[in-house]
Amino acid sequence: MNASELYDNLKKIQEPKGFYFNDDMSMTMQLLDSLLVNKSRLGYMACPCRLANGEFELDRDIVCPCTYREDDVKEYGACFCGLYVSKEWNEGTIEKQYVPERRPVENIL
Amino acid sequence: MAPEVKVFALSTCVHCKNAKEYLDQCGVKYDCVHVDQLTGQERKDTIEEVRKHNPSVSFPTLVIGDTVIIGYNKDKIDEALKK
Repeated sequence: MNASELYDNLKKIQEPKGFYFNDDMSMTMQLLDSLLVNKSRLGYMACPCRLANGEFELDRDIVCPCTYREDDVKEYGACFCGLYVSKEWNEGTIEKQYVPERRPVENIL
Repeated sequence: MAPEVKVFALSTCVHCKNAKEYLDQCGVKYDCVHVDQLTGQERKDTIEEVRKHNPSVSFPTLVIGDTVIIGYNKDKIDEALKK
């Protein structure tokens, strides 16, 4: 699977749930590429912007879409890595602010 | 004298890449560690080093002189480079 196919597949599933791909396509495609790199390196699509432990059970919370996405999109309009955003984020009707890390540091081993 | 610049990054992280590209554009020389490519004791020691600068151990973490910048933020990079 390449990044464009991943984009098409996930868009169908995620948009109806209210999670949109960031319309900064250069960034979005790079993030999707990195998810595929992690899939081949680790066997699962860990968030490309977080330090994975390398074992699925220990990284379950950061397998994309991560556990923190819902709260981050609700509070900031985007998830930590910026792959998924709200409609308002893409429309530019909310301020694009930095999304702080919500994953507890204890989860990094 | 130009401040010493160190970048703690992940090889897969687009924000880390953007931060490094911005430093390149600014003509800044820096050391970069891709923490996801380290293993064993080196990984542990580097995580500990990042934790001292940024307790949440998120990436990128930039250390410019004595300023720590968490995430990619051009304005903060500019400000730290001016010090």
